[in-house]
Amino acid sequence: MTEPDILFGVYCPPHPQPLLSPEASDGYGKIREAYETCRKRIEDSDADLILVYSTTWPSIIGHQIQAHPEPEWVHVDDDFHFLGSMPYKFRMDVDFAQAFRDAAESRGLQSRTVSYDGFPIDTGSVVALKLLNPENRIPACIVSSNMYANRAETIVLGKSARDAIQQQGKKAVVVVVSSLSNRMFTEHIDPTEDRIHSAKDDEWNRKILEFFEDGRLEDLSQLSREIHGQIRVQKVVAYKPAWWMSATMGQHNNYTGEVLAYEALHGSGGAVVMLTPSSETVGDKEFDEDDVEHYHGDRGVLDKGAL
Amino acid sequence: MAKGEIVLGCLAPHPPHVVYAENPEQNEAFSEGGWETLRWGYNRLARKLKTIDYDAMVIFTPHWQTYIGTHFLGLPEFKSKSVDPVFPNIFRFNYDISVDVELAEKMCEVAGESGIITKMMRNPDFRIDYGTITSCHMLNPEWDKPLVTISSNRNAHYYSPEVMNEQAGALGKACAKAIEDSGKKVVLISSHSLSHRHFVTESPLPEDMSREHIYNHSQYVWDMKLVDMMRGGKMREVIDIMPEYTEQTIAETEAGGLTWMMSAMGYPDYPAEIYGYQSVIGTGNLIAAWDPMEATREIVL
Ligand SMILES: [Fe+2]
Repeated sequence: MTEPDILFGVYCPPHPQPLLSPEASDGYGKIREAYETCRKRIEDSDADLILVYSTTWPSIIGHQIQAHPEPEWVHVDDDFHFLGSMPYKFRMDVDFAQAFRDAAESRGLQSRTVSYDGFPIDTGSVVALKLLNPENRIPACIVSSNMYANRAETIVLGKSARDAIQQQGKKAVVVVVSSLSNRMFTEHIDPTEDRIHSAKDDEWNRKILEFFEDGRLEDLSQLSREIHGQIRVQKVVAYKPAWWMSATMGQHNNYTGEVLAYEALHGSGGAVVMLTPSSETVGDKEFDEDDVEHYHGDRGVLDKGAL
Repeated sequence: MAKGEIVLGCLAPHPPHVVYAENPEQNEAFSEGGWETLRWGYNRLARKLKTIDYDAMVIFTPHWQTYIGTHFLGLPEFKSKSVDPVFPNIFRFNYDISVDVELAEKMCEVAGESGIITKMMRNPDFRIDYGTITSCHMLNPEWDKPLVTISSNRNAHYYSPEVMNEQAGALGKACAKAIEDSGKKVVLISSHSLSHRHFVTESPLPEDMSREHIYNHSQYVWDMKLVDMMRGGKMREVIDIMPEYTEQTIAETEAGGLTWMMSAMGYPDYPAEIYGYQSVIGTGNLIAAWDPMEATREIVL
């Protein structure tokens, strides 16, 4: 069987500044330019699907997949409402959403499509789709991030996405919407004075970007737990985007990585990165965490080893 | 001008399931009922509210999450549709709410003066969160009182539940002073569940009550410990153990609502009125009220 056709991956930040106030600081402008570069690259490719995994769309009942053919609303961010509204109208690939759900279910995951007028599409997805695909030239799909999901579930979700891309014969661009370090300043700031919240966050972000630049996506996936402990605010159980991205893109380290921008977004680490599959080898690696093909749910241990 | 006062404090959980189960005309989804223990408790508390003279409801919601300070609704009217991002199958509610902007601005001002980072929310396209809508609808289905919604600053995420407790306590004090200065009679609403571990699957019919139970017994025992302390009028102690309780049960108290309300009410040492406890998709939900007036305070359940 042929490999799924994933043209390239984009890792980009969820904050609204690059969309709503790119002129407010040099940094926001640079992120916006990087988004523009990605947009052109997508336009120049023959992609027929943009698949988005957004860390700002939390779910509880398994994973949700947006399946409204033309979701339309005026979105306002909870924190940055004063920067303005984000009217949107997107074009979703409903067939793909259903295939993705079926693929997830066949790997043991709880999953459902959502198709409701007025469903609140999250800030990260709105920002990414408006900047990467402004004319809706390419149909998109958005998948949520389950707040309880950990490594196995997230990796299996990525593999399900891969199954669906392959089965539908799509040429896909994979988009992950996530910050690097995600600690923002807790006060309002002058955008021209924006900077990464701490030297430690900055150092870790730069280390992650080195891995991206070297195309070592699976290595980042393996480092996810460490990244979560070091530079992620503990809102959810784990830093999941690299797990999902690597599982979706094939779990290897053979990519051409391009870091198009790295800037502070209200203190958090915002980077726009492109990863294009390549054939150059980067050497064999060994990893000590099990690969997982099928999700079996949480493992109960309370009923085992009891006296 | 007479001093304003807090005339009642309500712990009002907001699983959208209870609105769904009531089938109000504003909600697009249709149910066959469910979660009666909570709904009937809410109905009774709503009846009590009808007997109380008040000007506005002030609600603290976990579903308007802000990281840069505490925000207040700052426009007189919001009319739109709220679709729950997690349970869109059951909650698509057409709302038309009025806001007591003057009171909101006063709270924002006093909180700012006491060193809390604040912001008024003036974007007319802003969507009201489903926590606000669910709690307010269940307490006042006529929607005939103006609201103030206060966002929840996520101190528990950024720092720790201890810091959350401190900050929410300071916000409560500031809000109480603002209410006093305003001369208004206000009902406070702390909108949240107690223990907050959800099932990650849903039965084909969400209101199928044969499937509903607490996520695990530990959550239940902790929730009951809190209910006992509330009955005993030990709210200072409840808030003191809030960090531990919140961590043990991943409780929705993490957003700071209960701490905010208890601080605003001066940590009541009188018994809470208990209106009902029931699980919703595994989480523990308690409806309770604190009535500062001894003459009208009841033993409900
Ligand atoms: Fe909630």
